[in-house]
Parts: sequence; structure tokens; C-alpha cells
Amino acid sequence: MPRVVLGRLLTLVLSLAGASVLIFLVVQALPGDLAQVMLGERATPAQIEALRERLGLNRPWVVRYLDWVGDMVRGDLGTSALSGLRVTDLVAGPIRVTGWLVLWSTLGSILVALPLGMWSALRRRHWDGFAVNALSQFGMAVPAFLAGILLVLVVAVRWGWLPANGYVPLARDPGEWARHLVLPVVSLVLVQGALLVRYVRSAFVEVLTEDHITTARSVGWTKLAALWRHGMRQAGLSLVTVLGLQVASLFVGAIVVENVFVLPGLGSMVLRAVVQRDFIVVQSVVMLLVVAVLVVNTVVDLLQAVLDPRIRAKEQR
Amino acid sequence: MMRRASLVVGAVLVGLVLMVSLVGLVWTPYDPARVVPGDRLLSPSATHWLGTDAFGIDILSRIMAGARSVLLVGVFAVGIAALVGVPLGIVAGMNSGWLGRVVVRATDVLYAFPAVLLAILFAGALGSSTTTAMLAIGIATIPVFTRIARAGVLQVMSQDFITASRVSGIGWLRIAWRHVLPNIAPLIGVQASVSFALAILAEAALSYLGLATPPEVPTWGRMLYDAQRHLLNDPHLAIAPAVAIAGAVLGFNLLGDGLRDLLDPRLKEVAE
Amino acid sequence: MSALLEVRDLSVRFGRHRTLAVDRVSLTLDEGDRLGLVGESGSGKSVTALAVLGLLPETATVTGSVRWQGREILGLPDRELAKLRGQEFSMVFQEPMTALDPLMKAGRQVAEVLGLHRGMARGASRPLVLEMLAAVGLADPVRIADSYPHQLSGGQRQRVLMAMALVNRPDLVVCDEPTTALDVTVQARVLATLDERLDDAGAACLFISHDLAVVSQVCARVAVLRHGRLVEQGTTAQVLGAPQRPYTRGLVAVASLEHAEPGSRLPLVDDFARDGGAS
Repeated sequence: MPRVVLGRLLTLVLSLAGASVLIFLVVQALPGDLAQVMLGERATPAQIEALRERLGLNRPWVVRYLDWVGDMVRGDLGTSALSGLRVTDLVAGPIRVTGWLVLWSTLGSILVALPLGMWSALRRRHWDGFAVNALSQFGMAVPAFLAGILLVLVVAVRWGWLPANGYVPLARDPGEWARHLVLPVVSLVLVQGALLVRYVRSAFVEVLTEDHITTARSVGWTKLAALWRHGMRQAGLSLVTVLGLQVASLFVGAIVVENVFVLPGLGSMVLRAVVQRDFIVVQSVVMLLVVAVLVVNTVVDLLQAVLDPRIRAKEQR
Repeated sequence: MMRRASLVVGAVLVGLVLMVSLVGLVWTPYDPARVVPGDRLLSPSATHWLGTDAFGIDILSRIMAGARSVLLVGVFAVGIAALVGVPLGIVAGMNSGWLGRVVVRATDVLYAFPAVLLAILFAGALGSSTTTAMLAIGIATIPVFTRIARAGVLQVMSQDFITASRVSGIGWLRIAWRHVLPNIAPLIGVQASVSFALAILAEAALSYLGLATPPEVPTWGRMLYDAQRHLLNDPHLAIAPAVAIAGAVLGFNLLGDGLRDLLDPRLKEVAE
Repeated sequence: MSALLEVRDLSVRFGRHRTLAVDRVSLTLDEGDRLGLVGESGSGKSVTALAVLGLLPETATVTGSVRWQGREILGLPDRELAKLRGQEFSMVFQEPMTALDPLMKAGRQVAEVLGLHRGMARGASRPLVLEMLAAVGLADPVRIADSYPHQLSGGQRQRVLMAMALVNRPDLVVCDEPTTALDVTVQARVLATLDERLDDAGAACLFISHDLAVVSQVCARVAVLRHGRLVEQGTTAQVLGAPQRPYTRGLVAVASLEHAEPGSRLPLVDDFARDGGAS
């Protein structure tokens, strides 16, 4: 087992290095002078030169890259060129907003997709199983922001049940915090859940046709019990994988949905930084999101190794 | 039966999108970019079938023009992804040495960058435009094609006729071109259809966020963004682009599903 | 007194094609009886067995009658049938490689069967499990019990499956080609063990095989299936020794038997299989 963990961690480090190079190259090495871009068309050469000096853009890019990575390793995400604030301070609040959003949507979509997907797999030859499947196709075709807009229109504006936008920190008022999160979470769950239903369904259809489920039934388990005792773990394995792959798209969904509901999360922050040309903020926040995705993927990999004796055996050889 | 249905419905929807966008290339009922202050927020009528928006622009015309950019972005993004991703996948599948491993690892890293995130990155560095959106969606889709191609190649490579070709000393490029590519082409086609649906979704999200096209270019996502402010009094503004996006995505998804079932009789048997 | 298992006019159809997989098959097994069900692949042997145990997929339409100790069990809800399966009758499957749960240790899979029907806690059933594993001829039961299926050989897995099927001393064990997937040398030994355990338990056996030689080792009686129909039934000696005397049960099967006429024992089996495969 330790060897498995070590191998996965090494892969993580390599992936992080690769991702950081990619981000850095896109932002800093693409044609175009960042200082020029930040100051706009009417800046004088002297102003541009001054900004270049201040941002350290005159140094070779390898040095700048190593500087950036070195700072990040020490927990310093850089300083916003615009506000002069440290990025670590800037993201402290937004990270919580996005974190809550992603956490609840993940839990919500599992809660919705697991029973629906299992149902649709078990009843796949009946109209109701087919209906669930068809419904998930429709859910997949609706972008999260569209679901959000419609929810705002109906639930918030027409009925006035829930606030249409904004955010209240948990510490200030838990009730309001929850009320403000409901609609964003629901719109993400609708979309992510629809996709997940399809994965759950195919995972269970696969398990249902396995020989050992028939064996379990032949020794006295009912169909449902056999699926529960001998299929869940296997289906769980493929679902864990899917959830890992989904994390990235969940973050993206959160970024878009934050925009619909005017939530002060990482998404809103990074979009504002894009408009303001605050490239250090863009670079560091994107890196932060990618780190989150890669770390979750590593955890998923390790979880699989723990759950599946076959993988464990292969790795030990 | 149901499988056939998804193929037919998918093909019809995709055909509709193609038709609308092709017609939109040469003719729209009104100028999709001309602001007519007197015609603001008209309800659907005989002269404006889908009504007009807050700028007095005919919505049907904007939808038709929007279909154009959907198709443009989709074709280019999926094209980039397939042209780069498939050869990489073939290399990764045929080469089991360090080269193959590096390709696999690099693809895994790219998987952590969804289209919207890449688009944000590009927009942060280059400013937002249709080109950056297309590039972002395309690059983000590369790893999907690499994986599919690699999986297909591994399957093909284990078959006897490939072994025979290799033993008889035929070069790997020739094997790839003559034997591997034709065998994985159906897989790629299915993936292209599904990726097209995802590209439409990504494009919609990007233009909604203002990261894809300049505001004056009509896109479905942009229309939804504009509609949001007038939603309370004029919900009809949102209906047309919403239906257009959902219909197009549904169409490409169903087409992909239908094609997959058509091409993979083995799957059909398992599902029975 | 009614028979242990009485199958009457059992028919099975699949899906929309409405093709008959099993056509009006009737069989009777008394206590301790051993009946071999023989036919080439696709003749409906396995489907018949699965239909008796109620294990067919939903796409199958089953008609006729299956009586267990006088009680009609065809069409019984899954919940009721499940109580009988593993307790009164059980099944040994053909593919040892896939028939065990890959994510669960072998011993626990046997223990589960005990726990399910006798409410035995896992700790309490451990000695019984080891005893059972030893009884089906596994030399190192402790190691086997703590192994995952992928760590076991095909023969070992098949024995574990046998242990699962036999551990509750059922009155009937259905064996679906239990040795077909194994090496020839292993086959004979597994078969011998099965024979012994069935004797010990006094259990009846419905033994499915395409291989008449194997069937003649285990079974006293043989029924021959072709295209889902029962074409001949009788003692092993009768059917194997004198196939030209058609043992009909009201079915039109004479034609396929006449092909077999000129040969002597072993070639007969071959002729039959080849004939069936070609048609």
C-alpha cells in the first residue's frame, strides 16, 4: 500500500508541475506585452516600462516561472497588480463561497442520481425506467446557467420564496446563508445530476449483467439484496471514478452559476480579474482550481486502490 | 426501437440546426445586428415570429445568425480536438515506451482544464474573442479524443491481422494509416457528435459570461444574457435561445448515442 | 407422495422475437435422483435450469408448471423464491472466473450463505465455512477463505462455488456445466468431489452438460434436449447404450434419433452433436 500511495503522490506532483507550466506559458509567454495590455492603448512607453519593472516582467521567463512556483509552494499566490492586495487575502472569502457551492452540489447530485440511476437500470425494460433515462437526456441538454435563470424567474421573482441573488456568510446568519445557497445549488444539481444519472445507470446495468449477481441470487438473495450486497461496491468503484472526472466540470459549473446569482465566489472573482486584466489573479486562481481538481483526482485514485483488491494486487507486483 | 428513435430524433434535430444555420448564412428575415429603437420588446406576431428583443432586433433573425456561430465554434473546436487528439492517441496506443507514457500523462494533465477554465485563461492573457473561445474549447477537448483513440488502438492492436502485419515488417505509420485508423474511425465519429454537444454548451456558457464573442455578434448564450434583465416582463426573450441551445445539444447527444448503438452490435446484445 | 421436483410443459420465450428457447419440457426428480440434461449449446439446457430456479432475466416469458415438493413455484414473487434458493435448492455455475464476487473474499462469500439462511453471525460460521471448503477438496481452507477470487485458480474457484451451493445441505443441486471451463485433469477430480458430496447429502441433482461422458459418470438418468425440446429420456444405460429405441414422451423427436442409428456408443454422441450444430 505505501508504494501505491507514493506512486500516486509522485504522479500528482508531476501533474501539478505540468499544469503550472501550461498556465504560466498561456498567460505570460503568449505574444503580446502584458504591461501594454494592462495599461491600455494610450499608455506612454515610460509608463509601460515602469509597470514592467514593477511586475518584474523584464526578467527571463524561466526565472519568473520559478519565482511564481516557489512563492506558491510557500503559500504566496502573488499580489494583485491592480489593488496591490495579496491574492491569498483576496481569495479567502471567495474560496468559502465556491467551496460550499461545490460541496452541496456534489452531495445533492449524488443524492438525486443514485436512486434515479439505480431505478432506471433496474426498470430499464419498463416505461418508467425509460422515462428517467429520457429525462436525464433533457437535463444534460440544459446549461447550468439557463437552469439558474429559470429558477430565479420562477422561484425568486414570481413566487418570492427565495432570494434571487447575493450571499450571506454562514457565520453571520446560517438561515440566510442556506436560503441564498438553495437556488444556485439546485441549478447545479439539475445539470450535474442528469449526467450522473446516466453514469449510475450504465454502471448498474453493467453490474446487473454480471455472473456473480446471478450466483448471489442462486444462493438466496433477492434481486435487490444481491445488487446491494454484491453490486454496490463494484458500481461504487466506477462511480467514484466518475465523480473524480466530474469535479472539474463542477467547478466550471460553479463559476458560471456564481455569475447568475451574483455570488462572491472564485468564479466572479476571476471573471472580474479577466475584465480588469489583472493577470496575476487570473493565473493564480486558475492554478488554485486546477490544484483542487488534481488533488481530488489523486484521492479518487487512492480510494480505488483501497476498494479494489485487484488493483492492489497489480500494484504490489 | 428506442435506440432507433434516438438516432432518428437526433438526426432530425441536428439536421434542423444545420439547415437553420446554412439558411442564416445567406438570408435572415431582418438584419440580426441592426438596432430598431421603435420595435423594442415586441411580442411574437406575424411580422416578427418570435418577437423582438430590447434593442428592437428580430429574435428569429438573431437565432438564425446565432446558429452560425454555434456551428462555427463547434466545427472548429471539434476539428482541432480531433486533428490533434486522434494522432496523439494513436501514438500513445502504438508506442508502449516513454513516448506513449508521456502522451498519456500530458493528456491527464489537460483533463484538469475544462473549456471554460482555459477560456478564462486565454481571455486573461489575450482578451476575449471568438478565436480564444474556439481554441479553448478545442484544446480542452483534445484529451477526450486522445483517450478514445488510444483505447480503440489498443483493442485493434491486439488483433491477429495487426500482429501479422507487424511480423511481416510493415512500418508502424503504414499500419496506423491502413489498419488502425479505419478501425477506430466509427468510435471517433461517435465521440465527435457527443463532443459537438459539449462544445455548444461550452460556447453558450462562454458567450453568456462574455468570454466568447463581442456583444454585437449574435450568439444564443449572449441572447440569454441580454434576456435575463427583462425576464420578469418579457420571458419570451429567453424562450427562443433556451430552446435552441437545448434542442441542438439534445440533437447531437442523441445522434451520438444512436450512432454508438448502431455501430456496436455487441453493446446491443449486452443491453438486451 | 409428490415428487421433489416436477416440471410440466415448461416453455420459455425471449423478448420480442418470440422465439421458443424451451418448448414444453417435462421432467421429474425424486429425492436423491440424478438427472443429466444433455444437448448441444443453444438447446435450452441452461435456460431450463434457470427457469426452474426463477433466475431468468425479465425479458423471458415462462409458462407451464414447476412444482417443488408439490408446491407450485413458477410465478412466485422473487422474495418467496429467494427463501428457497440456497436453502432447498441451489446452483453451481459454468464460469468460475466470473461467478464469484471479485471484491469479496471467498470465505466470506460462503459464510454469507450460512448467515442468510441460518442467521449465523460471521464469527460463528467460520468453522463451518472452513469445514465446507475442506469437504469440497480444498487442501488449505484457511488460505482459500482469506483469498480474493482473482488469487485462486479456476478449479479452486469452482470448488468454492460448490461449497456455496452445498453448505446449507439443499435437497437439489442444479449443476450447469460445472467442469466445462476447467482443464481435463482438474475436471475429473472436481467431478469426483461433486459426486461424493451429493452422495453424502443425499441431494438430488440436475446435471447439465454437453458431454455425455461426464453425464454418464454422475447421473443415473439422462434427458436429451434439442432445439428446446425433450427428445429422449431414460436411464443412462438405455439412452447411451440403445439410442435407436426412441424414448419419447409425446414429442416428435424420432428424426434426430435416427441419424444416430448406425453408430456404436461413443461415435453416437459425436454424431448427435454434429447434427445439431449443423441444423
